[in-house]
Amino acid sequence: MNWINAIVQGVMLGGVYALFACGLSLMFGVMRTVNLSHGDLAVLGAFLVAVLAAAVGISPFFAVLLVLPVMGLVGVALQRGILSKALRTGEMSSMLATFGLAIVLQNVLLEIFSADSRSLDIGSLSTSGLQLGSSVSIPYLGLLTVAVAVALLGGLQLLLARTGIGRAIRATAADADTAELVGIDSRRVYAWAAAIAVATAGLAGAFFAMRSSFSPSMGPTQLLFAFEVVVIGGLGSLWGTLAGGMVLGVAQTVGAQVDPRFSIVAGHAVFLAVLAFRPQGLLGMRRSRT
Amino acid sequence: MSPSAEPMTAGAGKPAPAADSAAAPAPPVLAANGIHRRFGSLVVLEGIDITLAPGEALGIVGPNGAGKTTLLDILSGAQAPSEGSVTFQGQDVTRWKVDRRCRSGIGRSHQVPRPFTGMTAYENVLVASVQGGSHRRRAAQQHALGVLERCGMLGQANRPAAALTLLERKRLEMARALATDPQVLLLDEIAGGLTDAETDELIATIQQLRADGIAIVWIEHVIHALLRVIDRLVCLAQGRVLAEGEPDAVMSDPRVVEAYLGSAA
Repeated sequence: MNWINAIVQGVMLGGVYALFACGLSLMFGVMRTVNLSHGDLAVLGAFLVAVLAAAVGISPFFAVLLVLPVMGLVGVALQRGILSKALRTGEMSSMLATFGLAIVLQNVLLEIFSADSRSLDIGSLSTSGLQLGSSVSIPYLGLLTVAVAVALLGGLQLLLARTGIGRAIRATAADADTAELVGIDSRRVYAWAAAIAVATAGLAGAFFAMRSSFSPSMGPTQLLFAFEVVVIGGLGSLWGTLAGGMVLGVAQTVGAQVDPRFSIVAGHAVFLAVLAFRPQGLLGMRRSRT
Repeated sequence: MSPSAEPMTAGAGKPAPAADSAAAPAPPVLAANGIHRRFGSLVVLEGIDITLAPGEALGIVGPNGAGKTTLLDILSGAQAPSEGSVTFQGQDVTRWKVDRRCRSGIGRSHQVPRPFTGMTAYENVLVASVQGGSHRRRAAQQHALGVLERCGMLGQANRPAAALTLLERKRLEMARALATDPQVLLLDEIAGGLTDAETDELIATIQQLRADGIAIVWIEHVIHALLRVIDRLVCLAQGRVLAEGEPDAVMSDPRVVEAYLGSAA
């Protein structure tokens, strides 16, 4: 049925959204930092993958592996150079600083790569998929995206809940001054968290670019979707972010099934409904697990 | 007598009552040397010299605004002194940040307990055991459980820190500081807000820490609690050491009575 197909496609789209929202959720929900340049950092990641793949002649998947550590370093630079200074003067200044960074990134990318859309060539993988019945097909790329999203968000959730570095991140998020009083180097913790967040933004940008065309101006839209995903899923819960991605993706594809013009509006409507009826998000506030 | 630095250091050099068995005074584990702290034109601390012998318990009293918490901040690294230095085990640690001082053996509890919310009591202590005490894996878990037991918190280990009572939070605060394996523990007004019975329990825990050889600097308004634990007392007033020495002698010093009790009445 077309409806089933719409839901399946929505889950695939939700995988990309969950990837986009992962880093934002980590910084916004766990580190209490609003990074408005998150979407543009994802676009930067997509361009880095595209340039590297074309210049060296390697598969985009291989290029992603090389770009991730670079994006991690970008995250450390962002934290050390901008966020650590901005955080001292309150949350508003980190928002303003990253908003400025977003504009700079967008315009630098525009200057270098022009406004033209481009896409990442991943060969036959972009079109092939599992055909189930006459109207339902599951693209391999979509499956891969969902698998990566589940592994990434699940892995990070386990890291936060069960490991020493995870507890250090949660302690620093709860109270950075007190975290230092129990021996935690909060500068290092913040740098690690920013590195992970920006690297995952790059990963999300790369998967988006494999799926559809991209251009320097798409950052803010993706940022908006990512924020909706984080809020739908619930602040501070990475499982919630995964679920939120799926909900937004399915809402958009099912909305499109009703009427193609209704796709984006349906996503926003679900977001508003969650805000109105379950403001803590699907999986609620921060849960503590041992 | 003018409260200049020299007579005070001389006083600090005298063997403390608890240390009278030692032939020569042990080198101090922690020392503040000529500490000044100014905020613009406001002078909060003016030439403070304090030494702490290994295993000694030092009490600090003084009226509000005397600079007690600022002094504790400077000892723990939360603030830098405008002038002067802090030495720990013979090393100059003045420029060390809080987390480094903690890992090397200076623990501190807050006046108002600040547990990590969103974590259980056990996790609060475990993170301190791993990060501050450098324990690993099973050893870290055993250490955390041992510290919770010492502070009477084993039964609350798996409760969320946010759900604890004030006494439990104060115990957790102390357990978390202990988990970092301090040689010096800085305590900031832990008896405030507790009933007498609760204070008694807390004092028993602190006496146990002393018996384990941990040196203590304790700021406290609840004097009778303080006097049951400490070897030596310092009275601060207006950023200076007003009196220092044997606790009962300091408390009956007329200048202390005037500055401290006079303002409290």
